[in-house]
Amino acid sequence: MKEGKTGIEVSIAASIAAKLARVEVVAAYPITPQTHIVEHLSELVANGELDASYVNVESEHSAMSACCGASAAGARTFTSTSAQGMELMHEILFIASAMRFPIVMAAVNRALSSPLSIWGDHSDVMAARDTGWIMLFCENGQEVVDSIIMAFKIAEDRRVLLPVMVNLDGFSLSHVIEPIEFPSQEKVDAFLPPYDPLYTLHPDKPVTMGAYGMPELYTEAKYAQEMALIDSKKVVIEVMDDFGKRFGRSYKPVETYNTEKADTVFIALGSINENIKTAIDMLKEEGREVGLIHLRLFRPFPSDELIAALKGVKRVAVIERAMPGGAMNSPLFNEISSLVHSNSMGIQLNNYIVGLGGRDVNPEDFHGIIDDMLSPEAKKETPKEEKNYRVIGVRG
Amino acid sequence: MIEVRLHGRGGQGAVTSAELLAQAAIGIGQYAQAFPSFGPERRGAPVQAFLRISEKPIRLRSKIYKPDNIIILDPTLLGSVNPAEGLKQNGFVVINSNKSGDELKKIFPGYNIAIVDASHIAKEELGVPITNTTMLGALVKATGIVALDALEGPVRARFGIVAQKNINAYTRAYKETKIVKAKQGK
Repeated sequence: MKEGKTGIEVSIAASIAAKLARVEVVAAYPITPQTHIVEHLSELVANGELDASYVNVESEHSAMSACCGASAAGARTFTSTSAQGMELMHEILFIASAMRFPIVMAAVNRALSSPLSIWGDHSDVMAARDTGWIMLFCENGQEVVDSIIMAFKIAEDRRVLLPVMVNLDGFSLSHVIEPIEFPSQEKVDAFLPPYDPLYTLHPDKPVTMGAYGMPELYTEAKYAQEMALIDSKKVVIEVMDDFGKRFGRSYKPVETYNTEKADTVFIALGSINENIKTAIDMLKEEGREVGLIHLRLFRPFPSDELIAALKGVKRVAVIERAMPGGAMNSPLFNEISSLVHSNSMGIQLNNYIVGLGGRDVNPEDFHGIIDDMLSPEAKKETPKEEKNYRVIGVRG
Repeated sequence: MIEVRLHGRGGQGAVTSAELLAQAAIGIGQYAQAFPSFGPERRGAPVQAFLRISEKPIRLRSKIYKPDNIIILDPTLLGSVNPAEGLKQNGFVVINSNKSGDELKKIFPGYNIAIVDASHIAKEELGVPITNTTMLGALVKATGIVALDALEGPVRARFGIVAQKNINAYTRAYKETKIVKAKQGK
């Protein structure tokens, strides 16, 4: 790769990032909008540019199963999926995390059927949010490349040994050509040494993996797994700091934009944060100060960082690209609400559902959300109706 | 930031046009973004592609509703869609057409128009009526959005042995594009 920025499709850049990470096994089943990532990886393997095994499978359930097998054998393992594909591998997502396999998956977020939609939202990842995976969300293509490289370092750390899901929005991120800087292979190699597994499946030294968990042990096993997931946050921070020092692009689990003067903020996940930043800039020109709290890390939930970011904030609009599915609110809102109330922070919280199934969300929509939040109706502390959220732009 | 919306039919390469322009801009140190109107590829159906070029990083991921300029790769689109919807007042309609400036002024009243018979040029230069690269020359002539030679690198990387034919096509289109300016005050 040449120095400087390359104009490249984000999906292709994601597969180049996996190549830079020297992945050894890729097992994947193509599904829109993930397709270009795995197509390009299969080309790289077929052309001999990437020394890896590409496993063609017949379903996503098999893709994740093959990834588990490869990781158990000690290989650095990568896959990618979207939407129904993620749901089909749902069962194995739990197994990957519980068996502590440091698999990295690029989740190209897409709406779930029905109605059939190939377009982006977060209903796939939100349905998989409690599968025990570390979850990162990306705002732009550069972050996708950097996050995939960082994800292996986080996942394979002996203090972690958990799979990492790198979320990128379908189409609005995956299919965009934009300027991306690729780190050199030498620098990636220095940052990310070869995977050194703690245990491997090998006939010369047999071990049992995924053994029966009797009632006497299951709770302890799950507790250990949960503690590992919670404790992984410090490794995530370490890796992000190290990456920043080596490559000049710094990331944090929670980042803020224009929150210094603002007491009203948005909280959101993914590439929609760019549109929110543009909306904030437009509001600033009108003399209105609004901020953004941007979650790069969603699992483990970065509570301490969020509490710090919410200091001085009076109103929060939680923006989400998934339906609550009968819950009081959407998933991210519920966690923010839990955090705010358990810490008696006294912040007005409002929940907005946007951008389902690829519906465009324009900066102007966020102006409307701010106006809505400042209305007397929005300030009600206790929900009086069953529907405690607003779906922006819904007709009928 | 300059925003361009490209109108074509599935299979005509509107997305490739946007991609090449973005790569040309990125190649000279600007920021750019190109993306298709996301959806299943339907050959022959009206499609859009989007291009943003800016001196500063671009933080916008919605479609382009108020373009600074539009490109129409296929003149038959005019019968079914209005490509000029939302086009800014001083914007350019860059169109592949064998119609005269007077005829097109009636269709796009008040807009600047850049006209080139790209189907004809593409047939002669490439042997096929695929106008996506030819139209790049017309857009550059009308708007100067990137320098003409900035396109060469991306076009060579993309088209390999047939790159030169595409370069000939857009260079010829650059020369043959007629500019019909809207009258002042309209």
